[in-house]
Amino acid sequence: MRAVHSNLRSKLTPYYLMLPGGLWLAVFFAVPIIMMIGLSTMSGNIISGFGDTWHHFGNYAGSFTQYKSQWIRSAEYAGLGCLISIALSYPIAYWIAFYGGSRKSTYLFLLLLPFFVSFVLRTIAWDYILGDQGMLLGPLKHLHLVSQNFHVLATGSAVVIGIVYNYLPFMILPIYVALERVDPKLIEAGRDLYANPVTVFTKVVLPLSLPGVFAGVLLNFVPAASDYVNASVLGGTGNTMIGNVIYDQYFVVQNYPLQASLSFSLMAILLIGIFSYARALGTEEVLAAAATA
Amino acid sequence: MSAATLERAPQPKAPEPKGSHRKPRRRKKAGERVLHWFTWALIVWLALPIAVVVAFSFNNPHGRYNYSWTGFTFKYWGSQLFAIPNLTTAMEHSIIVAIAATAGATILGTLIGIALGKYRFRGQGVANLVQFACIAAPEVVLGSSMATFFLQARIQEGWPTVIAAHIMFCLSFVAITVRARVLTLDPSVEDAAKDLGAGPWDTFRLVTLPMIMPGVIAGAMLAFALSIDDFITTEFTSGSFVTYPLWIWSVSRQGLPPQVNVMGSIVFAVGVLFAIATSVVSRRRAA
Repeated sequence: MRAVHSNLRSKLTPYYLMLPGGLWLAVFFAVPIIMMIGLSTMSGNIISGFGDTWHHFGNYAGSFTQYKSQWIRSAEYAGLGCLISIALSYPIAYWIAFYGGSRKSTYLFLLLLPFFVSFVLRTIAWDYILGDQGMLLGPLKHLHLVSQNFHVLATGSAVVIGIVYNYLPFMILPIYVALERVDPKLIEAGRDLYANPVTVFTKVVLPLSLPGVFAGVLLNFVPAASDYVNASVLGGTGNTMIGNVIYDQYFVVQNYPLQASLSFSLMAILLIGIFSYARALGTEEVLAAAATA
Repeated sequence: MSAATLERAPQPKAPEPKGSHRKPRRRKKAGERVLHWFTWALIVWLALPIAVVVAFSFNNPHGRYNYSWTGFTFKYWGSQLFAIPNLTTAMEHSIIVAIAATAGATILGTLIGIALGKYRFRGQGVANLVQFACIAAPEVVLGSSMATFFLQARIQEGWPTVIAAHIMFCLSFVAITVRARVLTLDPSVEDAAKDLGAGPWDTFRLVTLPMIMPGVIAGAMLAFALSIDDFITTEFTSGSFVTYPLWIWSVSRQGLPPQVNVMGSIVFAVGVLFAIATSVVSRRRAA
């Protein structure tokens, strides 16, 4: 009898452990998202109040047709940011993993340094650097190397620079973690079988490191596509992304149903990507990278 | 934030098969050197804004605008550091929120991490997926959904809602960090404690907790770093409560006073020193 009792208790232990944190996530993560879905189909305005849930799916049509250019820009900037990040990160992660020797952790630490400066502050610092008369363009203009009306700030390029800068460590880390796990014996085996260095890379190293690349894309694309800080600090008014629209609809226009339908659409699109990733490759890579960061 | 990185750093280093690296080193000398320089170029590029932030903390601007270099001064590091009361209050708020959020997230997250790492139970897959979704969900969605929740539930936004939100998004990071640590442990050690007559609580307090402590500390440091730097979620859940990043944002259109740079530099220096100290300590322990 007592054995049965203690057996039951040990079976329930994980649930007890999960309970407080689970409740917290239920109240502040699950409930708000469910309420947001409800709100997204309401009508009304800030003065007369909102109501009539589950009837106004037109909010969704509106959120896509009205803000088409912002949706496209989000996908474009985040996608381009990811490609540039991969191009920059892969060689570095490769070099540190295979040639870093005893200084591996020092190099990784140096690459993580930006994270010790506040996100908003480091983005504003780019505003200083890229400004029309700033540190970069000021001297170039003075020497007449670029024309006087050349500018980087308030263009899409500036936003992409900011995005690459802010999320680059999230690309380097997972690729590094994946490459670090590649067994050197496999590379040697490839070489022993007379594969040239290019073949060894494309047939052995690259396939083994792809999960890391995908994890990096996930960790870069999601925050980049939904970010509004880079776009408003570096992009000016003409290069807004979907995050800026959500921000404006909440804080400025106060059209909460439209804001909710925008948020839910954004989350749904990203979640489809996230969960198909999780199904195909598992959650371990991303969780490992997040834990390493 | 890189505390965990540094802590893990000694692991991959230890079993370095030296022989296998010698061969490519001789053959790819040129390519290797290019990559070496490329890595350093990127480190410099990444450090550029940090250098700007630190440099402008020593600037002596005429008027409000701290955009161009107008002279060297130490005064913002000394007597003038707390000259803007709103900024000082905002920084205090950030620190208090970060401490509270770290405490809450560490306790709740550690329990979840132990449950996910040590036990096999029904619903575990879902629980893992929820942690994953919390980490991967875009901040603007987390923030705006919580904001509309507080609005609809007629909860006044302020410091309690900010702390609640911070605990929410830090919790999963602690949980996965602790879970990773728990997975490396040998369960027979706990069984041994039980065989020697320790009750569940004593086993936890005297055996399990000390063993998972590095994971808990790494998770707590990650939570602190995430909380003190958070902008998007905080903006949506803060109401009229102002933290350091929010204050910077609110004045960014008019230009930042040098005090912002000084505080940013101090946070940077403290973070870096802390990370180095933890890595030194963990390396000594490992040795």
